[in-house]
Amino acid sequence: MAKHKTPLLDQLESGPWPSFVSDIKQEIEHRYANPKGVDYQVPAECPDDLLGLLELSYVDGETHWKHGGIVGVFGYGGGVIGRYCDQPQKFPGVAHFHTIRVAQPSGMFYTTEFLRQLCDLWELRGSGLTNMHGATGDIVLIGTSTPQLEEVFHELTHKMNNDLGGSGSNLRTPACCLGESRCEYACYDTQELCYQLTQEYQDELHRPAFPYKFKFKFDGCPNGCVAAIARSDMSFLGTWRDEIRVDQKTVAAYVGGEIAPNAGAHAGRDWGKFDIQKEVVDLCPSGCMRYENGKLEINDKECVRCMHCICVMPRALKIGNDRGCSILIGAKAPILDGPQMGSLTIPFIKVEEPYDEIKEFIESVWDWWMEEGKNRERIGETLKRLGFAKLLEVTGIKADPRHVQEPRHNPYIFWKEEDVKGGWQREISDYRVKHQR
Amino acid sequence: MAFISSGYNPEKPMQDRITDIGPQHFTKFLPPIIAKNKGAWDYHEIIEPGMLMHVGLSGDKVFTVRCGGARLMSITNIREICDIADKYCGGHLRFTTRNNIEFMVSTLEEAKALKADLNGRKHTAGSHKFPVGGTGAGVTNIVHTQGWVHCHTPATDASGTVKATMDVVFEEFTNMRLPAPVRISMACCLNMCGAVHCSDIAILGIHRKPPIIDNENLDNVCEVPLAVAACPTGAIRPTKIELGGKQVNTVAVKQERCMFCGNCYTMCPAMPLSDKDGDGIALMVGGKISNRITKPAFSKVVVPFIPNEPPRWPTLTKTIKKILDTYAKDAHKYERLGDWANRIGWERFFEKCELEFSHHLIDDFRDPAYYTWRQTTQFKF
Repeated sequence: MAKHKTPLLDQLESGPWPSFVSDIKQEIEHRYANPKGVDYQVPAECPDDLLGLLELSYVDGETHWKHGGIVGVFGYGGGVIGRYCDQPQKFPGVAHFHTIRVAQPSGMFYTTEFLRQLCDLWELRGSGLTNMHGATGDIVLIGTSTPQLEEVFHELTHKMNNDLGGSGSNLRTPACCLGESRCEYACYDTQELCYQLTQEYQDELHRPAFPYKFKFKFDGCPNGCVAAIARSDMSFLGTWRDEIRVDQKTVAAYVGGEIAPNAGAHAGRDWGKFDIQKEVVDLCPSGCMRYENGKLEINDKECVRCMHCICVMPRALKIGNDRGCSILIGAKAPILDGPQMGSLTIPFIKVEEPYDEIKEFIESVWDWWMEEGKNRERIGETLKRLGFAKLLEVTGIKADPRHVQEPRHNPYIFWKEEDVKGGWQREISDYRVKHQR
Repeated sequence: MAFISSGYNPEKPMQDRITDIGPQHFTKFLPPIIAKNKGAWDYHEIIEPGMLMHVGLSGDKVFTVRCGGARLMSITNIREICDIADKYCGGHLRFTTRNNIEFMVSTLEEAKALKADLNGRKHTAGSHKFPVGGTGAGVTNIVHTQGWVHCHTPATDASGTVKATMDVVFEEFTNMRLPAPVRISMACCLNMCGAVHCSDIAILGIHRKPPIIDNENLDNVCEVPLAVAACPTGAIRPTKIELGGKQVNTVAVKQERCMFCGNCYTMCPAMPLSDKDGDGIALMVGGKISNRITKPAFSKVVVPFIPNEPPRWPTLTKTIKKILDTYAKDAHKYERLGDWANRIGWERFFEKCELEFSHHLIDDFRDPAYYTWRQTTQFKF
């Protein structure tokens, strides 16, 4: 039986959505019953005390975790988020309650064999509680004590062949959409690029060497299923540069009502018969489509590859064959100077092993930011402070209209001295020859 | 509780240490049918809520059943997920980028049996363990954060607000009757871990009181310049004060310049600011990430403050439901919530959703604020 009364949390056991309270309670029961006779390395009461502490927060309306916490494993500068409760006498089971970030496989496919092994490890050495997954992508093991950190790491690396994820001022754990593994929109192998860059930059991930955190995310197309454009300092979004492949017979099948639009995504409501003019042609953001005499035409040169028509008619319209990705830079949350989404830096780059061109670009960006970025300044903020043009300069990219939403409307334009005839060294006496005071 | 060694030798910590191996290669975990058809998918269909079918160029089909997960889950729960995957899916499964769980099978019959099984599993107190849904034009799982379960800077709880909200919008998780998908996200402070700044509806924990300064300890536990540099509005300055007859180095906060972001506390443990009555939630709407039709957009603040009302946050969930229902009734097909609000105008959005507009909603942060005011005579009465 649980040792704390939790009348407020108990109210979160009703309702249809999976109750985290009921789930934690089943873990509490499991640990007290201990059917496998596990010699728990952190108190059996750990999840019980977590609910007790959380109930206290529900009463007080304030968190009960002390500020910060610096713990880890030798050799690494991150991967573990230390945490101590501020009522250790009342809740000894969570006096230490550190989180371990574990590197997840690209696309988050698992075998039960792997997950069961991880559960056995965490049952012995942790609270038995997890997050599947952290927002950045990691498997998150919530709640263990300092002496267990090296033990968990040893078992993870030696028995499971798996590493920690990232935390601190470094490259954080990269993540991707499921890509080519189960999506016909994927313009490149997001999982492979994610894996390869994760491996390439292990040192940058485990040992903080940056002014601040830096994240990679990989989306297979502009739909953004891993939200790269909003949630990574460097975002890789798949795209193509040739024509959308149109199968006119299948277009006719959509028009004839044989196939549900958008793969049936709106099937729960009667939106009337599919109207290709209204639902596709008229909604195209660049107005580059035409449907006449039963034929769909796309002026691909004017297409901005927003994915709308492809999403509405996935069986009739396919991504092009000349594929690659766009790279955008600078996304971040508001702290310090406001939120940013990624800004288009490389409109198109081929994604081909061994990804040398991509790596070269990444490293040129890092070389610059590691030198110029201020303490705790995200690269998006460095861009705002030093200018987008500086990024182009250090990466050797030529400015292009695709780099802007619109040209500047203020005339406060910097010129380099060498670009102006005669330079900047001028004598007032020469000026006065022509212009009296 | 006797210590059990993993084989790690604390006397020789660097001996036999394995580092920099990263995650395992994803191909070790792919179901055979996925591995076989990778990169060669032809099209997909949503058969019914929570059930997808992907068809390969080879003609192979894979059926996916998606179900909700609480994200915060026990190993007992994960083991049950494994039991299900062993029973139906040859020991394979995956998680989505919104923390749902996906099981893959090769026939429709298996998918239907799996869906029925998942929907039948409940906790003893009554909630679903694995409700099937989250596909198409509906509400899917809420991307959220740590809250009072694990973090030191939250202004509200994550797991609780999410459970309370998902219970209220649950019908939309198991249906596909909205104009477009609605992404709800939650962050317990304005560090905005996750997707709050780019979601259709976003729940954000906020403070409303300046930090309390622990002058006695500040200089011992904080790097003062970092605390000063942490403030977006320049409200913090270093100072010296007289305390118990001796002079101590500390900081002063100009309270009228502080907007309670909490970033100084992140940097300095001697500046706590959480407060039961001050803390609560701001509601944002209209963000999106996809490039579909319109460009990605930030979410915008439409309710400056809703008090914390644990355990079920009734004012919060009622407000979200009202916005969701108004959008569902009024928006065109394919129109995301922000696209709808932009089309009808934000004055109409506030009117239709019956939300009060207050001065807190008018941007006043630096130069860009100007661009959010209205430089036109175009408006609706």
